[in-house]
Amino acid sequence: MTQGVNVAGLYVHDQDEALAFYVGKLGFIVHTDVRNGSYRWLTVQHPDQPSFQLGLFVPGPPLHDAATAQTLHEMVAKGAMPANVLLVNDCRAAYERLSKCGVEFTQEPVDRYGTVDAGFRDPSGNGWKMIEAATKPQPGKSS
Amino acid sequence: MPQSPQLLRRLLRAKDRMDGAAHEDWPIHRLAQVSAVSEAHFAREFKKAFGLPPHRYLLTRRIERAKTLLRDTDMPVTDIALQTGWTSLGTFGRIFRDITGESPGELRTSERSHPHAGVHIPECVLRGVERPNLNTAVLEKRRMEAAGKLEPQSNEEDI
Repeated sequence: MTQGVNVAGLYVHDQDEALAFYVGKLGFIVHTDVRNGSYRWLTVQHPDQPSFQLGLFVPGPPLHDAATAQTLHEMVAKGAMPANVLLVNDCRAAYERLSKCGVEFTQEPVDRYGTVDAGFRDPSGNGWKMIEAATKPQPGKSS
Repeated sequence: MPQSPQLLRRLLRAKDRMDGAAHEDWPIHRLAQVSAVSEAHFAREFKKAFGLPPHRYLLTRRIERAKTLLRDTDMPVTDIALQTGWTSLGTFGRIFRDITGESPGELRTSERSHPHAGVHIPECVLRGVERPNLNTAVLEKRRMEAAGKLEPQSNEEDI
């Protein structure tokens, strides 16, 4: 694939903490981790999805003034950012594994609409839905 | 005075716990414990962070669950009341009508008369979307209705 979404990012409270979570617990790999002065560009990648990078960005200077950074930190911490979806082959197995690693689940696996889903948050407050890849096509979906 | 992200994250944890088990009792001391703050601090900070008091937030989740069960299952209303955390069918029916404008039975009939598009929206999002917008206290709403003063879905800050 040569066209499509390449990077989308999350605001996180602390990049080291986020790295420990997304790489150490969820099993992502680091794509880029570089600094320019105090600014750190950090993206991670799902091992099965080389065409997409998930950016882990901290609000703050030089991109944001102090008040804006505070607001962004607050929005993330109170769970006001849109939830993300992580597709997995086996939701219950992933739940067991990640729970043991200390991932904060907000919803245990539930059977729904012919698949299984669970919910968790990253340490900053970003919400994730973990959905088992459907084995049969769902109505209204083109893929 | 801005709220620290660390505090907000802990308040979010209490909100998540209510979301995950809205049928359970969530007295302030239990919620405060989840957030690791004092009870007085919790109630004040929760409302500041999320715009409504914790007990009213819980109410919105319970009513949303009850509406979904009424629409999507054939469970008797009594069972739905019990399953969504009510101990009295009378209280459930009264509060449900206060918030939705219909009795549980009426809502079941009206919801089933038109197709539901919800299957295409992720469940967690749908649950949030279908919560009633309780910007006034339920008892206050009832009082204003009786006085003929209620304006539909006002966005004003509650008192």
